[in-house]
Amino acid sequence: MADALQPLTLSGAAAPVRGRWLRAIPVATLLLFLGPIAAGLIGTWLPAFGYLPALGGESFGLRPWVELAAYPGLGSSLRLTLVSGLLASLAAFALAVGFLATCYKTRAFFLLRRLLAPLLSMPHVALAIGLAFLIAPSGWLARLISPGLTGWERPLDLAIVQDPHGLALALGLALKELPFLLLMMLGAIGQTRADQRLAVARTLGYGPVMAWIKTVLPAIYPQIRLPVYAVIAYSLSVVDMAMILAPATPPPLAVLVFRWFHDPELSLRFLGAAGATLQLVLVAAAIGIWHLGERLAVRLGRRWLFAGGRGHSGPWLPRGVAALVSLCVGLSIAGMLGLAVWSFARRWRYPEALPGEWSLDNWLRQSDGLLWAGGTTLLVGLAAAGIALVLVLGCLENEKRHGLHPTSRILWLLYLPLLVPQVAFLFGAQVIAARFGIDGTWGAMVWSHLLFVLPYVFLALADPFRALDERYVRSALCLGARPGRVFWTIKLPMLLRPVLFALGVGFAVSVAQYLPTLFAGAGRFVTLTTEAVSLSTGGDRRVIAVYAFLQALMPLVAFSLALLIPAWLFRHRRDMKVIE
Amino acid sequence: MARLTAAFITLALLTFQTAAAAAQADDWDAVLEKARGQTVFWNAWGGDERINAYIAWVGTRIAEDHGVTLRHVKLTDTAEAVSRVLAEKTAGRDSGGTIDLIWINGENFAAMKDQDLLYGPFVDRLPNQALVDFEGKPTTLIDFTVPTEGLEAPWGMAKFNFIYDSARIQAPPQNAAALAVWSAINRGRFTYPAPPDFLGSTFLKQALIELAEDPAVLQAAVPDEATFRSVTTPLWRYLETLHPFMWRDGESFPASGPAQRQLLNDGEIDIALSFHPSEASSLIADGQLPESARVLVFPQGTIGNTHFVAIPYNASNAEGAMVVANFLLSPEAQARKQSSEVWGDDTVLDLDKLTPEQRRLFEALPKGPATLAPDALGPVLPEPHPSWMTKIEAEWLTRYSR
Repeated sequence: MADALQPLTLSGAAAPVRGRWLRAIPVATLLLFLGPIAAGLIGTWLPAFGYLPALGGESFGLRPWVELAAYPGLGSSLRLTLVSGLLASLAAFALAVGFLATCYKTRAFFLLRRLLAPLLSMPHVALAIGLAFLIAPSGWLARLISPGLTGWERPLDLAIVQDPHGLALALGLALKELPFLLLMMLGAIGQTRADQRLAVARTLGYGPVMAWIKTVLPAIYPQIRLPVYAVIAYSLSVVDMAMILAPATPPPLAVLVFRWFHDPELSLRFLGAAGATLQLVLVAAAIGIWHLGERLAVRLGRRWLFAGGRGHSGPWLPRGVAALVSLCVGLSIAGMLGLAVWSFARRWRYPEALPGEWSLDNWLRQSDGLLWAGGTTLLVGLAAAGIALVLVLGCLENEKRHGLHPTSRILWLLYLPLLVPQVAFLFGAQVIAARFGIDGTWGAMVWSHLLFVLPYVFLALADPFRALDERYVRSALCLGARPGRVFWTIKLPMLLRPVLFALGVGFAVSVAQYLPTLFAGAGRFVTLTTEAVSLSTGGDRRVIAVYAFLQALMPLVAFSLALLIPAWLFRHRRDMKVIE
Repeated sequence: MARLTAAFITLALLTFQTAAAAAQADDWDAVLEKARGQTVFWNAWGGDERINAYIAWVGTRIAEDHGVTLRHVKLTDTAEAVSRVLAEKTAGRDSGGTIDLIWINGENFAAMKDQDLLYGPFVDRLPNQALVDFEGKPTTLIDFTVPTEGLEAPWGMAKFNFIYDSARIQAPPQNAAALAVWSAINRGRFTYPAPPDFLGSTFLKQALIELAEDPAVLQAAVPDEATFRSVTTPLWRYLETLHPFMWRDGESFPASGPAQRQLLNDGEIDIALSFHPSEASSLIADGQLPESARVLVFPQGTIGNTHFVAIPYNASNAEGAMVVANFLLSPEAQARKQSSEVWGDDTVLDLDKLTPEQRRLFEALPKGPATLAPDALGPVLPEPHPSWMTKIEAEWLTRYSR
């Protein structure tokens, strides 16, 4: 889509008439995509300045902002938001860079690359719940070593989860963002001939780590800048994970805003709109700060680069970083394991290392609810991912046929839904959807998911699509095939693997959506995610575990299918085999 | 002459009543007719799996009997539903609303009633309302001092109580002041859910009623700021003493009642709060509490109230919603709800108004190990006016959420 989104400047005469509908796809995508965000932002800004006639706000004013400034605990809430969000972004970024710098093309590297898809598919809600079960004072880790090793007959009275500084939230976010950044960096590395750079640097006597940092990192950073900004924006404005891992008195700003929008006290909508706008400003400021940091790093780094230090580090550095990354991966996986165990527990009291009584009841008793919520999750996910795939393929094919080249400005548009905090525009979008009577419909639900699914599907598919050897297409065209036939019989089958993978990515993103489901679904649509979050404030850990585990399982199955289907289809074709 | 007039009036009244009863039966048949095939979206707090399972059972029964499909929209806070109806009114959607039925009481009901967001009055159209113990249970008509006026149908009775682990506490505290002393001795072993969670707010109200110089003022709306300050001062002083000795030094709080009893089961605390005296037994049976869990009520009384269901003014399926509300009041549904194996929520019905057969449903209910006899539950303290709760919650937020 990226550059096909540009106003089309090519002359129509050269393009085949039959492909005309193809040209409409980028425009349609753009409208579908930017329309709700723009409308939602405006629909939020107006009440932020007091204008919402339906609620008696007839004139513009600053009262919502005055109330916002006076809200008890706003200061701590902002501090909490910034500390946890920036810490998480920084940690995820540092770990990703550190890991690639120290472990590039080692065994750990290949192992982690294999784990990336399942790690990425893990919904953040399931991850947060799993992590909370794991690290709480009465959590699984404490149970495994208590009271034998610790002497804790009773759990420590220590705020590890929902701690006042939001460190648990930062940890959860970092665990979730690390695989995403790694994937983005791997993609970028693939386009920068990193191996040659490394070889040259190594022959010049640079140590392996220094060679990576000095020659590969500067080359890939421009390409991962937007993903990093998306990570910052997400970390500062996350609601669902924060409801599970962050303190509640006061919570981070996004959760406060979410509460205001759902408060029966009507006048709080104005406060909420102001808070949502502040959230946008906060994210913009944080990204701005990061950007300044980038420029500072460039200025300082240039001198450091030209100084030519070869930097031989001992073996402790790669080992340390690899250990940290393994710890992160281990926590994520152990969290999922914990969910699985809890979902089959009947009685599991502290300090038993495993449930005292097991039972299938949690699953059986939930079967109706699971079917309903799981069915909705599946349908919306498939619809959103399917539509996104069609649009992305259309945009990419359009780009190829018309010889367009992506520009960075267009890439910004693509990232827009990932950069604008969800709470900053979903309220306004909901008011507008309600005005047109489309809130609470399947269409609105799928559409709202599409906003977030589309960018990821595009990111997953663009590189493989663009990298497909043009000579196959040209040969087919020379043999007289029309572009449409080339697309269906040559390109799609050859790209089946990335196409299905992109579909899996889109599905996983849809499964994880919480706020869009609540706002656009008008509370009528129950998905595994909304169930898991609403249960997580409720308490019965065994039932929370059932929903969270299934929520994590669904994308995992989708990814497995995305790998297995091409492998099975092409089992008799040696050259289409999956090569790692 | 006078006697004749009286006889005439009586006769006229009788005729009128019979006619009214007949009209009501006709009306109900029409409701049933319209309800068939409707899908009722019931927005109800979804934080308790046993309650969710009960609601799912209601759904199957309603589908069997009346061809009405029930969808439970699970809320984390009933306020979400209130705000949704508000949003719809704001957007001008005066019919075809997304919510058909809300589980509600207290300040949420007051807010909806205040803003004309409710359908009805509909309660007197429900045949089963004749079985409700309106006389013996005044809170079925007065919800947190606000008259229900037929806008919400009673569903269940709640009475505030504490659940404690008798393996760890031999002599549990008998009032709010003693609870503070107990906490000081047993540091970090007590907490309450953060208001505006209803159990947390109820704990504050319970303490306020006990500590206020004249609890009677709580029965009317907060007259002015100065009165609010002076009446609630003892409460804030109490919390200043209590908090430092609480779980996490009173700096963080569990999100809800069920989250708190999870802490009790995890052994992180020794006392939890509950609104249903037979809930503890039910939770023990379900593996969610240790077998040593027991119920405690304060001898001078604890707060009691009724919870209801109401229909939004713009409900798409008001008839279906009424059919559900009526079924909820049936002896079958009420008895099942009261069973400690299901939920343990006390009935709103007057057992004397039931047939012997229906009464047996209640008498046959199992008594769990932690359930107190009805006469051991202590007096019922009335809920304060919702305006107190709203202001107390706001003040609590200002003081402790920063």
